[in-house]
Amino acid sequence: MTRKKQNTMQENIKRKRVERIIHGIFLMLGLITVGCVLLITIYLVVSGIPAMRTIGLKEFLLGRKWASTAAEPKYGILPFILTSIYGTSGAILLGVPVGFFAAVYIAKIAKGKIKWLLQSAVGMLAGVPSVVYGLVGMMVLVPWIRKLFKVPDGSGLLASIIVLAVMILPSIIKVSVTALEAVPPEYEEASLALGATPIETYFRVSVPSARSGIAAAVVLGVGRAIGEAMAVMMVAGNAPNMPSLFESVRFLTTAVASEMSYSSGLQRQALFSIALVLYFFIMLINAALNFFLKRGNVKKL
Amino acid sequence: MNAEDKQKSDTIISTKDLNVWYDDFQALIDVTMDIPEKSITALIGPSGCGKSTFLRTLNRMNDLIESAKTTGSVLYRDQDIFHSSMEVSELRRHIGMVFQKPNPFPMSVYDNVAYGPRTHGTKSRAKLDDIVERSLRGAAIWDEVRDKLRQNALGLSGGQQQRLCIARALAVQPDVLLMDEPTSALDPISTTKIEELILQLKENYTIIIVTHNMQQALRISDGTAFFLLGDLVEYGSTDIIFSTPSDKRTEDYITGRFG
Ligand SMILES: Nc1ncnc2c1ncn2[C@@H]1O[C@H](COP(=O)(O)OP(=O)(O)OP(=O)(O)O)[C@@H](O)[C@H]1O
Ligand SMILES: [Mg+2]
Repeated sequence: MTRKKQNTMQENIKRKRVERIIHGIFLMLGLITVGCVLLITIYLVVSGIPAMRTIGLKEFLLGRKWASTAAEPKYGILPFILTSIYGTSGAILLGVPVGFFAAVYIAKIAKGKIKWLLQSAVGMLAGVPSVVYGLVGMMVLVPWIRKLFKVPDGSGLLASIIVLAVMILPSIIKVSVTALEAVPPEYEEASLALGATPIETYFRVSVPSARSGIAAAVVLGVGRAIGEAMAVMMVAGNAPNMPSLFESVRFLTTAVASEMSYSSGLQRQALFSIALVLYFFIMLINAALNFFLKRGNVKKL
Repeated sequence: MNAEDKQKSDTIISTKDLNVWYDDFQALIDVTMDIPEKSITALIGPSGCGKSTFLRTLNRMNDLIESAKTTGSVLYRDQDIFHSSMEVSELRRHIGMVFQKPNPFPMSVYDNVAYGPRTHGTKSRAKLDDIVERSLRGAAIWDEVRDKLRQNALGLSGGQQQRLCIARALAVQPDVLLMDEPTSALDPISTTKIEELILQLKENYTIIIVTHNMQQALRISDGTAFFLLGDLVEYGSTDIIFSTPSDKRTEDYITGRFG
């Protein structure tokens, strides 16, 4: 064997080793993410189960009264679950149509400066911290609701729904725009060439072609809405009532956040159980999201 | 056939001093051309000479390109297609188009063909069934897809997809069919099928077809127009263009000494 050949062989071995090390580092970094998820899951399950046991699963999930600090405490979280579901549904009902049409407008109709302006506005809306949404909701929206509907207090489910609807707009719009812009122009050309008008083309060809991406956008919005705590804490009123539009309500998220700092014993354990329920909802939504993304042509975001 | 007389008697599309620019680049220069009804007209010429531009101008698909500017006139059945009273979608309904790359919608075969009629207001299921079958038969693909009407059109072969696109264009009952190299992406068998189909369609439709295949132009077309660098160099009956062209450049191109 010549010296040169030997050298290159040694080189190769060295390079392979470096490859392996780099590979190992990446694997480790990846595993850290997986580890975090696992850790959170295990922690939540372990710390969330005991209270459910003590209280009784049915009593806990379907109980209509939450009075954790009463002399005879009650731990029913149905009000929170329903508030979270109603609040999220309301936000979706309000936010999705607006977001959807805005996305079609931005992706297909708007040109030049207007398109740029709208896209920047959406980008900025996405960057506004949730405490600011809460603040504006509290100072502007709540008094406005109070006056308009002549109710004693404007904070409650309606205010939360409106704030959440605005908060989920940017993610709905962005993801939908991406999906709509990914529709091959040949489809639209074919439609136009058949004598369809541009608007007919957008709604009969572009939107159906982008539907899995748009569905993913909606699910993403659901996820954001159900997980939001700070903004709703500031406009929901935060009393553990069964949900009603103009009354003070408490969400799953805010239920945990508002009592955590002073809780103890079973009360504290029950808060963990609430977090577990919330986590369960988020997992469901994630599964739905993955389903739509896998089916569609959109890239994972 | 006396080409001169025929062209005068039943011209369906007539362009006069048609110029098209993309920004500063002039893609068509003073093109004046009368296209006779119920005939096949072939557009030939080297790549980039403006054939597609010309075709896309006739149904105003070039409107979609923002940098494109057009002057001169195009008359379709004596109506100026650029006139403000012209409804573009209506024009495109009469002047259909088949693209170079088959572009069926990502929907079922049935929905592809029914797309046009549905868009234009046909709702009755029976009527749609009838249109779909007639159009698919017209495009010589019925036998191949009659059992696959509910399947996604993207699952068809390239040649089938192209004939489906022709069926989809036929379903809105156009008057003129513009075809931009409809067989360039296809194998010889599919090509033959489509050529036969085009010859049949001539009975009822006016067809304008862009092709890089001289044999194809010779086989199917009645008239041939030779473009070069945006100029319409020569236009006349196919027999004459291919046997005794009057312009040296036409002869060079046809005999392959060129472009
Ligand atoms: N959207 C556009 N923007 C700018 N220039 C364009 C555009 N479309 C076409 N052109 C230019 O116009 C000229 C004519 O193009 P056209 O597509 O009509 O040619 P063609 O004869 O169809 O060519 P081919 O045989 O390759 O399809 C070309 O030089 C091309 O570069
Ligand atoms: Mg072309």
